[in-house]
Amino acid sequence: MLELTGIIQWVGGIVTSISNSLGLPQIIIDIILILLIAVAIFAFLMLMALYLIWMERKVSGHIQDRLGPMMTGWHGWAQTIADALKLLQKEDIIVANADRKVHYWAPIVVFTACFAVYAVIPFGKGMLAADVNIGILYILSITTFTTLSLLMAGWASNNKYALLGGMRSASQIISYEVPLTLSILGVVMMAGTLSMGKFVELQGPYIWKWYVWPQFIGFCIYLIASTAELNRTPFDLPEAEQELVAGFNIEYSGMKFAMFFLAEFLNMFTVGAVTTTLFLGGWNPPLPALAFIPSWVWFLGKSLFIVFVIMWFKWTYPRLRVDHLLSFAWKVLLPISFINIILTAIGITIF
Amino acid sequence: MTDVTKNIQLSEEEFLLNMGPQHPSTHGVLRLVLKLRGEFIEDLTPHVGYLHRSIEKIAENRTYAQFMPFTDRIDYCASMPCNLAWALAVEKLAGIEVPPRAQYLRVLMTELNRIASHLIYLGVMSLDLGAFTPFLYTFREREWILDLFEMTCGQRLTYNYMRIGGVSRDLPPEFYQSCKNFTKVFLKKVDEYEALFTYNPIFLTRTKDIGILPIAVGLEYGASGPTIRGSGHNWDLRKVEPYSSYEKFDFNVPLGTKGDVWDRYMVRVQEMRESCKIINQALDGLPEGEIKAKVPGVFKPPAGEVISRIEAPRGEMGYYLVSDGSTKPYRVKIRTASYGNLQVLRYLSRGWKIADLVAIFGSLDVVLPEVDR
Repeated sequence: MLELTGIIQWVGGIVTSISNSLGLPQIIIDIILILLIAVAIFAFLMLMALYLIWMERKVSGHIQDRLGPMMTGWHGWAQTIADALKLLQKEDIIVANADRKVHYWAPIVVFTACFAVYAVIPFGKGMLAADVNIGILYILSITTFTTLSLLMAGWASNNKYALLGGMRSASQIISYEVPLTLSILGVVMMAGTLSMGKFVELQGPYIWKWYVWPQFIGFCIYLIASTAELNRTPFDLPEAEQELVAGFNIEYSGMKFAMFFLAEFLNMFTVGAVTTTLFLGGWNPPLPALAFIPSWVWFLGKSLFIVFVIMWFKWTYPRLRVDHLLSFAWKVLLPISFINIILTAIGITIF
Repeated sequence: MTDVTKNIQLSEEEFLLNMGPQHPSTHGVLRLVLKLRGEFIEDLTPHVGYLHRSIEKIAENRTYAQFMPFTDRIDYCASMPCNLAWALAVEKLAGIEVPPRAQYLRVLMTELNRIASHLIYLGVMSLDLGAFTPFLYTFREREWILDLFEMTCGQRLTYNYMRIGGVSRDLPPEFYQSCKNFTKVFLKKVDEYEALFTYNPIFLTRTKDIGILPIAVGLEYGASGPTIRGSGHNWDLRKVEPYSSYEKFDFNVPLGTKGDVWDRYMVRVQEMRESCKIINQALDGLPEGEIKAKVPGVFKPPAGEVISRIEAPRGEMGYYLVSDGSTKPYRVKIRTASYGNLQVLRYLSRGWKIADLVAIFGSLDVVLPEVDR
């Protein structure tokens, strides 16, 4: 069938047999295999980021009663590639009074962090790079790196707008980290595990067994809080174009700017992937009868649907103000997520 | 230009932020020097003049008719009212009687332009609040109005439509139906904008009780138009001092109650509906006859001085015109609504955050070329 598991095993088998015939020690074979997987995921994510940017432009275009990019290829599919090429050629400007080292590392930190997450994401049946037993904890801690890099970028640029953007992003992400974690806690309590592979296994190919139903409150909170973590409208305060011009990335140009941009879109896909894994049954089909469609198609479809919803938010809502944003996190989302945890605990004890 | 930042005293926790002249939400080239404590605005100095084109001085070197195209450039979002105010000033000076059909056409065009201008306001205001999509929706409808203008006078932005003593062209035959269709569709579109915005919780938190303008303060600073009507001050020159046969039209003047950003938004939304009413009445009751009074080729009005004032989309707009009896004006002073409205900004935004400043500034609907002239 179209399952990629076979291909992965086949490639793995070839690599192992060649290495064995060369008489390499086991550790080197493992390293080669891991590198192969990493390169495969990297390639997939780069393509995904490019695709997501194109998708955002198309979605926004159609929401706004226009067509979006149409000229470069069929319905403008090559537009982002052309844009990326343009950005690659651009001069990399570092402003005179910037903190050069921090300015240089900020985009790298954000980029690395958003790739590292994908080590524990189950893309499909047998397509999990590393089934760590604390998968979700790992994801939560790695995604927080984004804040660090935004703060680094804001501080290093030596620009008042950038600094305000960085500060906003720090306060925002610290606030929303709390309800985000608590909303996941409900699922963790029900599943009794932190492993990403286990979540998918437990939900199985039955739509009524997915955690989105018992954990609907948690699902909503997770979606809201992660939109805030992504710095997207209505929570896009750190880069509020009309207030802070572009916020933290105002002094970035060329490929460094593109790295922030790509990282934003990849983070969006991360949210889609994590939501899918935690709440929507991961790569499982909704019914066992639909299993003839490969698992990775289900995974991509669900993730992209969540991404679409987040895009839909962006092109519909105005932006919140910073104090409303924080009070919404602490006064609304936090109590509701506590209630959700209590209800889950009661539910688990009864059933 | 003197450096305004020199005289500002700063304490330890405060810092200066130059917002503009190039900034996405200063609607052109306004420079705001903000004294900030964190994100709170301690003080603010608007700094204008980056778009000065000395239109008033140009007027002294042009004949009365030649100056008409320059008035287009005063407020490019609403050129028709600028045309109209100039025509009214010169006609008042020379005592020219404008034919009724021309008067109705003038009303029709200025009201269409008022809707176009308010649509820009609505789009840009939503953009300032971070919502991108309504901007394109309002521009979609504005496009229709621009098509109507193009049909009538061949221009889409700077119309040069009014003439001293009348208007330049009569309506083309297909105008009536197209304009009727527009008013019918447009009322539904206004409902659509309201569904997107008026009671959206995020929009409400961003606009309710923000930047409250008391009537007395507004009048002191010379604020006018929807800005002061949002506070509940019933002052509309179309009602108070009717010109160009506005007394024959039946319409309401929408008023706000509190004077916050939301009220100013609401006044404009309702004004669009009222303008639709006026357009329909003007189309139905359009009198037959001449579109331009007889004005001599070499036009020499008597010496003297006049003031004309009209209700432009942004407020009171007018010309003070001094004539020495020659073919050119001796002195022209232009009173524009945006200048008065901009002055309120300092009073309104002290103590608020940068995000609110953007919302307040958006709600004043300032057009910078009109401020600088």
